[in-house]
Amino acid sequence: MKSSTQRPAARTAAAVVLIAGLGLSAAACSSSKSGAKDAAAPAGGDGPVTISVPCEPPTSQAGQRKEWLADVATFEKANPNITIKGIDTYPCEDTATFTAQMRAGTEPDVFHTYFTDLNQVLDAGQAADITSYVNDTTVPGFSDLAPSALAAVTAGKTLYGLPTGIYTQGLIINRKLFKQAGLDPDHPPTTWADVEKDAKAITALGNGIYGYGDYSAGNNGGWHFSSEVDANGGQMINQDGTKAAFNAQPATEVLQALHQMRFVDDSMSPTQQLKWGDLQKQMAAGKLGMYIASPDDLYNVIVPQDGGNVDDYGVGPLPSTSGTPAGSLSGGDDVMFNKHDTPAQIRAGIKWIAFSMLTPGQGQFNYARTKADGLPVGFPEPLDWVGATSEKNEALKAASATVNTAYYKTFVDAHEKGMGEPVDAQAVYKTLDATMLSVLNDPNADIPGLLKTAESQVNTLLANAG
Amino acid sequence: MAEQILLRPGNRSSRRLPAGGPQPPARGRRFAVSVRRNLAGYGFMVGAVLCFALFSWYPMIREFVMSFQGTHRDPVTRLPTTTWVGWRNYTRIWHDPTFAAAWKNTVEFSLLALLIGFAVPFVVAIVLNELRHARGYLRVLVYLPVMLPPASALLLFQYFYDPNTGLFDHLLRLMHLPTSQFVQSSGSAMVSVVIASTWMNMGGTTLIYLAALQNIPGELYEAAELDGAGILGRIRHVTIPQTRLILSMMLMLQIVGTMQLFIEPFILTNGGAGPGNSTISVVNLIYQYAFNLSGSSNYNSASALGVLLMLVLGVFSALYLWISRDREN
Repeated sequence: MKSSTQRPAARTAAAVVLIAGLGLSAAACSSSKSGAKDAAAPAGGDGPVTISVPCEPPTSQAGQRKEWLADVATFEKANPNITIKGIDTYPCEDTATFTAQMRAGTEPDVFHTYFTDLNQVLDAGQAADITSYVNDTTVPGFSDLAPSALAAVTAGKTLYGLPTGIYTQGLIINRKLFKQAGLDPDHPPTTWADVEKDAKAITALGNGIYGYGDYSAGNNGGWHFSSEVDANGGQMINQDGTKAAFNAQPATEVLQALHQMRFVDDSMSPTQQLKWGDLQKQMAAGKLGMYIASPDDLYNVIVPQDGGNVDDYGVGPLPSTSGTPAGSLSGGDDVMFNKHDTPAQIRAGIKWIAFSMLTPGQGQFNYARTKADGLPVGFPEPLDWVGATSEKNEALKAASATVNTAYYKTFVDAHEKGMGEPVDAQAVYKTLDATMLSVLNDPNADIPGLLKTAESQVNTLLANAG
Repeated sequence: MAEQILLRPGNRSSRRLPAGGPQPPARGRRFAVSVRRNLAGYGFMVGAVLCFALFSWYPMIREFVMSFQGTHRDPVTRLPTTTWVGWRNYTRIWHDPTFAAAWKNTVEFSLLALLIGFAVPFVVAIVLNELRHARGYLRVLVYLPVMLPPASALLLFQYFYDPNTGLFDHLLRLMHLPTSQFVQSSGSAMVSVVIASTWMNMGGTTLIYLAALQNIPGELYEAAELDGAGILGRIRHVTIPQTRLILSMMLMLQIVGTMQLFIEPFILTNGGAGPGNSTISVVNLIYQYAFNLSGSSNYNSASALGVLLMLVLGVFSALYLWISRDREN
């Protein structure tokens, strides 16, 4: 209940205003005014310029933070006219905060977005057109950037951002628990039948340990469902983006496997409604055997933030009925430039991103330094480039690798085909959250019925989208 | 009384200016005098009016306008333009499968909150009022949960409700009673939300009831006792009639408050939807449209739903104002 003392009339009015206020800053759904600016620096070079930039690692990631600050110092020394002002957040982007920033126009000069955010940024009219600023000189290796990643930051012929990280998902396993359960951690399960068998064996260890975990809240359940369906040979939405296509055998098999593990094998925890962040903690605490994620969960969250031991983990391909994943939902991170940036700020921002996030051997790819700092090196992602730049990056990584790359071999060998996110992705994920949750907390869940309902709901969403 | 004397017709004439005397001040001058006299008052009002205009009225109007707008995206450049879309946002939210669930849950929460959250504080207030000892300490105890930040209190309940490691199921197991899935099951999720919410919020309501109870003249109870009324008789014939107005106002305020249910399901069910969409509320859905989904068209949908909620709450707010006015008279 809500007492009147806590919600007097003024508070009620304030709450109504808050709801009403959703509209306040969204007035300008107008066309982007961020036309191309003068890309060429003046003859005498740019004067002093300050840029605010995203993704400064928080204090909880002490090692990465130290390296990031060192990069800032090196960069500022080499570019005395540029001052870097870091924004300390992790993850780099929180959906609700990002939406509010877009509406209010309060994002940093250089701001982080996910591949799925481009429409939202364009709707808010917040991104600068950087097409004329970017080439192989300003961003070395630009021509080798993965085409699918560049497509995610391009609208028509206009480039709005630079991709900084690309991922596909795999099956993260706890090698220590695999060994304790008498399983072979060098050969993670590849079929759902094997996942069920291994999860059961791991759960038998007792002590609150569960073999498998999955999400079912915060749109993350639908997100994982999509990846699992992709891997199992299914498709979320049809080619022209008008109808749900997931109500078929691949999705049924995935949900049956989850329901089997949750209610027949009891190899999933009774605590469900989990979302991003929950399974990482369980994995770091040694209470979870397997869950699906991209490998960056290991080096960004489980090891540095949640205190897991890097040697305890490995990654296999996404499970599927056949044992060969047909694909994986792929996504990634990128940066964009505030439409209010001056040309000098855009040039400075591109220079910083190229230095710190997009050059093999420098910044986030300075593997020798990462190794010297005692941080793990050798994870199979991100996969930003193709061609010569990719080869150069992989060679540098291999030369300094500290993690046992064999732990990720089956994932790398699977060469999962990256599949983009469905149309109106978050709305679709929201709908599928409910399906996942029903499967994971209703012992009598009617899987065909749930899929049929979700299909109808997604069709309705798509029909009324826009 | 002086005021009555002044208002008598005979006295009114004495205030007229004598014939041939100075002419009454011109209308403009009277206005200037009035403005000068009330200048400080107007000055104080400016801030409030500006605040309301900027943070209350303008957003409301904007929300209403936005609920009839949408985005058209150029297929090549993907750049958007804002267009008038008539009732499309309203049609869209109407067709959203969670729309009906959100309203059903919100009404269900309000009803449960009335059954549990309205009655419990009243009963607790009566008990506290009847107590002769330790009343102050108990009052503090009842009020303590209100001092906890809502997010902290709900995270506490999230732990209590956990079917794997939670306190409640642990206690139930110790007592050899059947355990519950609490917020993990569609059957028990909403009741679990109401219980947590009642615990969090009843302190303030209880104190208001207690204050109302203490304003009831003791003679009425004495008279009732002399007439042979027991405790239930006293409550029925003295307490409830004497606190009727407070009870009605609290009821209206509580309906308005409970219909804005948000943070409880948002935290207890990790985002608000709950099993089988059993805990998603209207405000949760507005939040999802506005912040969890991408694209400005969802801002427009959020506005449309906001307008609908505002209309519904407007009815209850009007009832509240009517009851308040009745009380003043």
